[in-house]
Amino acid sequence: MGFQPVKFYQTGTFTVGNRLLAPIDRSLQSGQMRSNSINSGHRACQGCGEALGARYAIDAAVAGSDGQLIAANATGCLEVFSTPYPESSWQLPWIHSLFGNAAAVATGIAAAMKVKGKTDVRVVAQGGDGGTTDIGFGCLSGMFERNDDVLYICYDNEGYMNTGVQRSSATPPAARTATTMPVGPAPGNVFGQGKNVPEIAMAHGIPYVATATVADLRDLEYKVRKAMTMHGARYIHIFVPCPLGWGTASSDTIRMARLAKESGMFPVFEAEHGEVTGVLKIRRKVPVEDYLMPQKRFAHLFGKNPHPETVARLQTIADRNIRKYDLLNDEAN
Amino acid sequence: MLKQTEGSKAVAEAIGLCRPEVICAYPISPQTHIVEALGEMVKSGELAPCEFINVESEFAAMSVAIGASAAGARAYTATASQGLLFMAEAVYNASGLGLPIVMTVANRAIGAPINIWNDHSDSLSQRDSGWMQLFAETNQEAVDLHIQAFRLAEELSMPIMVCMDGFILTHAFERIDIPEQNQVDSYLPPFDPRQVLDPAEPVSIGAMVGPEAFMEVRYLAHAKQMQAIERIPQLAAEFKQVFGRDSGGLIRTYRIDDAETVIIAMGSVLGTIKDTVDEMREAGHKIGVLGIISYRPFPLDQVRAALKGCRRFLVLEKSLAVGMGGIVATDVRMAVSGTGLKGFTAIAGLGGRPITKASLHKLFRQAEVEALPPVTFLDLDWDVVNKQLERERQTRHSGPIAENVLHDKGIVSAKFG
Repeated sequence: MGFQPVKFYQTGTFTVGNRLLAPIDRSLQSGQMRSNSINSGHRACQGCGEALGARYAIDAAVAGSDGQLIAANATGCLEVFSTPYPESSWQLPWIHSLFGNAAAVATGIAAAMKVKGKTDVRVVAQGGDGGTTDIGFGCLSGMFERNDDVLYICYDNEGYMNTGVQRSSATPPAARTATTMPVGPAPGNVFGQGKNVPEIAMAHGIPYVATATVADLRDLEYKVRKAMTMHGARYIHIFVPCPLGWGTASSDTIRMARLAKESGMFPVFEAEHGEVTGVLKIRRKVPVEDYLMPQKRFAHLFGKNPHPETVARLQTIADRNIRKYDLLNDEAN
Repeated sequence: MLKQTEGSKAVAEAIGLCRPEVICAYPISPQTHIVEALGEMVKSGELAPCEFINVESEFAAMSVAIGASAAGARAYTATASQGLLFMAEAVYNASGLGLPIVMTVANRAIGAPINIWNDHSDSLSQRDSGWMQLFAETNQEAVDLHIQAFRLAEELSMPIMVCMDGFILTHAFERIDIPEQNQVDSYLPPFDPRQVLDPAEPVSIGAMVGPEAFMEVRYLAHAKQMQAIERIPQLAAEFKQVFGRDSGGLIRTYRIDDAETVIIAMGSVLGTIKDTVDEMREAGHKIGVLGIISYRPFPLDQVRAALKGCRRFLVLEKSLAVGMGGIVATDVRMAVSGTGLKGFTAIAGLGGRPITKASLHKLFRQAEVEALPPVTFLDLDWDVVNKQLERERQTRHSGPIAENVLHDKGIVSAKFG
């Protein structure tokens, strides 16, 4: 074994702490100045990845806009758990209209700000994968195509969790949901063509597209803050594990997000004007089994009647992601 | 200023005078000329500051208007027919949130069968959406109602549809008095929203409301429309002071004083009805007209009062509650319940079927002698209807209805007049 570079624990790792970092590298979330845009007391499940992702992202967006931020929210878990009338967790101006129109509502807000000359006020739209990749897709694409001055954030937990864990177009193949039960010869969700909305966003040529996970806080904050320095349509797709829908332990949310990235199942990258400009390399590659086995939604692939051929197909998807986005650390190869 | 102009163009000019800040546009006949004209006004800089947004659907059009209005901008859009249905979820949402959006509905039939011509099926399908609905009789009134609509909508913080008959009004060229900017400015103050998305004073809008408060929120929407019953005549009177003409209000009567028979209708068909009534009056018939301008809120008391002296009424409507009969007629019957008045319903003009004076003369004379069934379908081709019914009795695989009816009619056999 040759030279092993020494890495300080808190730099280039997953930890949130700031102690050993230069001020400029410190995470906003661990600082005293974070805005707590989603205040405590909301009704998300224990270990909710979406609540965590939204707090990271919106706090970063608030910081990136000097507190001049308005949010439009699609119907879904985030909306329901944050605003049980007459309570609201939101510390910024926030509107919920419908399931499928968050992008268009945000366009309207941005137009109002423009016409009123409030150029300092920025607009963010947010929704889950159902509200983004399925029912809200038309409005999202329209907002992209017009290059409206909106940052759209999708919190992807790979299903309709608020309505009881049904399949969305972001649900991975073989996964168990309430509408893709693990029964019959091909249990779980079908192997379709998939619907990669970050890539579809890139195909619109919009100024900025990025993916992120709740396991990489600094990367997520960096991408949101970068997006806030730009104008026009921007899209950030954040991977947010759902303990309820996936059948994972509440304490494993960060670990599941990390394994999704480390296995290649969820590529983390950023792109400007349709071209990939950076990827978050896999630090220590793991086989997809490591990611799949802790999740009850994939339990039917293992156990008494295993489906190794299905696991192999999922590994093929991960390998393709790794090749396509060049996710393996050159140094490690 | 008097102009010889198209109804759509005149409405676009009126909207421009109302200083809208965000306009959302999606094409659908017969409203398209309105947003086209507004787009040109914004593009040229004639209408500024204003954002004109070409959206990807009517659902997005209303959603953009929702966002703009919630952020404190005066928002406008226009639609018709299938477009109104496609935006329906957002239509209800806009009123539920109490956002004072004004929308032109260039009334048109709803398919299938696909049909682009005029009737009132589209806006009447949104009867219970919480939007106010004002029906213009003429293009002049369409212009004037839009100006009043912004004032009323913003005062009550509730949205309004201004309904004008597709093609019959939107595409008609006639003399229209386009108001001056200073007149509109003196009548319509700048938008002062009751609720607004503002980082300086953050609010949450659109929270989840459970059984503990939902009924109260819905009742308050109803209460606002009841307030509108009071305000609509007052705003029409104020309008007259500034602009010098009668326009708007809840209802309008014509030669009704000693009328024994009253014809009730909405929109441009009132013109044909008045012409017919004039001719019948000359022949000695005691007949009059009641036009309903405010369909929502529905002016129950005013309709009852207007019908007080008559013996019978006939509601002629361009809409059909399939499986029941009239839609407007139901409201009118509610207004006169307990009075013992005899009422009839005539369904007419669906899908653009011309409503002719000749047919109206015959219909009104039958109404006078109470020789009508409760519901009449004006100028219905019973031969064709019965032929199709017989076909369905004879064979299981009778095929598509509309195509059979077209076949039986023959391509150019339909002559009206």
